[in-house]
Amino acid sequence: MLRRLHHDQPASFAFTPANQAWAEAEMRKYPEGRQASAVIALLFRAQEQEGWVTKPMIEHVADMLDMPRIRVLEVATFYTMLHLHPVGSVAHVQVCGTLSCLLCGSEDLISVCKAKIAPEPRQLSADGRFSWEEVECLGACANAPMIQIGKDYYEDLTAERLEWLLDELAAGRQPLPGPQNGRYAAEPLGGLTTLKDYEAGRAPHNAAVTLAVERGDGMKRIDGTEVPLLTPWLTKGANHNPGAAAAAAPAAPAPAPRVEGEKLKPVRKPGPAPKKPAAAPAPAAAAGEGRKPEGIAAPRGGQADDLKEIEGIGPALERLCHEMGIFHFDQIAAWGPEEIAWMDGNLKGFRGRISRDKWVAQAKLIVDEGLEAFRIRAKTNDY
Amino acid sequence: MLSDQDRIFTNIYGMHDRSLKGAMARGHWDGTKGILEKGRDWIINEMKASGLRGRGGAGFPTGLKWSFMPKESDGRPAYLVVNGDESEPGTCKDREIMRHEPHTLVEGSLIAGFAMGAHAGYIYLRGEFIREREALQTAIDEAYDAGLLGRNACGSGWDFDLYLAHGAGAYICGEETALLESLEGKKGMPRMKPPFPAGAGLYGCPTTVNNVESIAVAPTILRRGAAWFTQFGRPNNSGTKLFAISGHVNNPCVVEEEMSIPFKELIDRHAGGIRGGWKNLKAVIPGGSSVPVLRAETMEEAIMDFDWLREKRSGLGTAAVIVMDQSTDIIKVIARISAFYKHESCGQCTPCREGTGWMMRVMDRFVQGKADVAEIDQLYDVSTKIEGHTICALGDAAAWPVQGLIRAFRDEIEDRLGGGALRVAAE
Repeated sequence: MLRRLHHDQPASFAFTPANQAWAEAEMRKYPEGRQASAVIALLFRAQEQEGWVTKPMIEHVADMLDMPRIRVLEVATFYTMLHLHPVGSVAHVQVCGTLSCLLCGSEDLISVCKAKIAPEPRQLSADGRFSWEEVECLGACANAPMIQIGKDYYEDLTAERLEWLLDELAAGRQPLPGPQNGRYAAEPLGGLTTLKDYEAGRAPHNAAVTLAVERGDGMKRIDGTEVPLLTPWLTKGANHNPGAAAAAAPAAPAPAPRVEGEKLKPVRKPGPAPKKPAAAPAPAAAAGEGRKPEGIAAPRGGQADDLKEIEGIGPALERLCHEMGIFHFDQIAAWGPEEIAWMDGNLKGFRGRISRDKWVAQAKLIVDEGLEAFRIRAKTNDY
Repeated sequence: MLSDQDRIFTNIYGMHDRSLKGAMARGHWDGTKGILEKGRDWIINEMKASGLRGRGGAGFPTGLKWSFMPKESDGRPAYLVVNGDESEPGTCKDREIMRHEPHTLVEGSLIAGFAMGAHAGYIYLRGEFIREREALQTAIDEAYDAGLLGRNACGSGWDFDLYLAHGAGAYICGEETALLESLEGKKGMPRMKPPFPAGAGLYGCPTTVNNVESIAVAPTILRRGAAWFTQFGRPNNSGTKLFAISGHVNNPCVVEEEMSIPFKELIDRHAGGIRGGWKNLKAVIPGGSSVPVLRAETMEEAIMDFDWLREKRSGLGTAAVIVMDQSTDIIKVIARISAFYKHESCGQCTPCREGTGWMMRVMDRFVQGKADVAEIDQLYDVSTKIEGHTICALGDAAAWPVQGLIRAFRDEIEDRLGGGALRVAAE
């Protein structure tokens, strides 16, 4: 299935304050510098908030995680739970159509969706309130056939029951999720064959349905205020997560010098120090190596060179250079190994790019031979 | 039959108290500190002695896997990663653990993390399991509040943090290296091995990836001893196992039974028999969509364990038993599996990216009867060109159901195609 961004995109995206706090806590589950690990969680929460994944959303998440936007786009187009198109405002019905559900009647469910919602998957119903699609195995095979709407599974369905569910939803009522044929969870319908001791006195619903009932958030757009934000890994964690230290002081101007091995090593706040020192052989792009290039306060004569002439520098990198006080080709041309190493290790999201793309060699050519000559040589990467 | 006293998951249907208090009442978190105090080597040796084979499908011995982790850190941290990306069609056992028995998994993670020198563990759930994630996070919160996780976890002196992460609908992320890629915030495309995760896994650090069930059974095995676990099942297939029974049985269910249980006993005792009786049984996929289908004659005498099913050129896989009665269009079922693998191929390796789509199209024509009988052998031949020629096992998993169909139901395909050729000729 071809997955592309929708043609009609909103102008902007921002997390609600509560979702923003949730997202920042989520990023701190991972070691320092590894916040990209939170990309799926953030995109999915953004989708829960807005209904589908938009271009401004992808850009916003990329900026939050300090990731190149293309990397977030890659993720958004790879993972099929991320909807790249608007979905029904009341419900997007995801019908499991694989194996066990197929054997137990998922084709009938799809017929219901086609008749009651829209003829094509991912197409909005006439009133824009519903949409549907067939998805691959949802992992509730002993309760086949089943669908997912929002956070919840509706299991053990029949075509008639699905019609009823859709009518209820259309009328603004929230049906009870879980098995729809009287079962409790994944036990045999005909009666327990094992573990009969606990049947009496059981809670009214299984764990998933209980959560749906308690939280009442199965269908709603999530704004982060549904449940209190609990972050035991921040408050009660062993703090082997170096990210916690960095995030506690978000305004820290530059990372403290350190070697590559240490970046990955858990910073143990209490307790003994690690037995062995950090591994010494650090690759070229170590974060703390080298010397920060000296910048100037403003471009000379008020006019900066177009650094984008250097192959490998785009608008984002040019902006980063400007922030560091680097405006001219001759500044880059003057960097020695120390400066290259520092830049390689410290340009967030672009580590290693200076040496890989030979910025200094390119800048020297521009300074020595002029822009025109450089452009000709650049055509064959002759620098 | 396995008695309730010998079941590990005594609350798999969630009917008892699901909180920490309830889990402790059922015997979980009992003497965890004592287990950790016996030391890393004891734990790993006991796990090896228990004969536990990984419950995620491949059946690799769990204790052996743990022993691959470096004994001494070279400065890099070690990670435990728990694979909760349960997506193999037919498989729905880990879901029940995560929502109804979450503390078995939390406790198991602490013990496994300790045994492999990891101070941090990540449980990666499939994205669709939203309520399961919430239930599991509640259990983790409870464990932190009770001092069972975090600093000096359980009073053992070992620091351990446990985090939840999730995917967003990609079957391939159940492959361990694809899972690691996904956990690093990338597309879930499998990595070449070597290096194996135990050498360079998550963030380039030593990592062990285990299935949810493998981790969740560990505490009980260690509490009751390897000898207790090995008394169930045939040698080399020991223990108890969650079976997920779906399809054309009277009462589909998830149930814990001993390994090597006869198929007939499993179905009759727990699933209420085959819909329409045993004579109505046509075929069974015994271990999730990627293992080859077997005919009723074979399955009626089947013993549900790794080795017996392997001998019949199928497999136990995840013990997801999918039952099909005589009303089933078996060609259509396998065609649907082919469509599944086409949908889930990550596209990294050409044999899989192109092969899964090709097989799906041929299978679709088989379903309609619009193919030549000679194409059966061609399909089999092409499937062997996909199998074993890709970075991960998805290529194999896509090829095996098709091969299984041709081996077991060649007659039925030929009938279908014979009819098809006549119809085409008549048109």
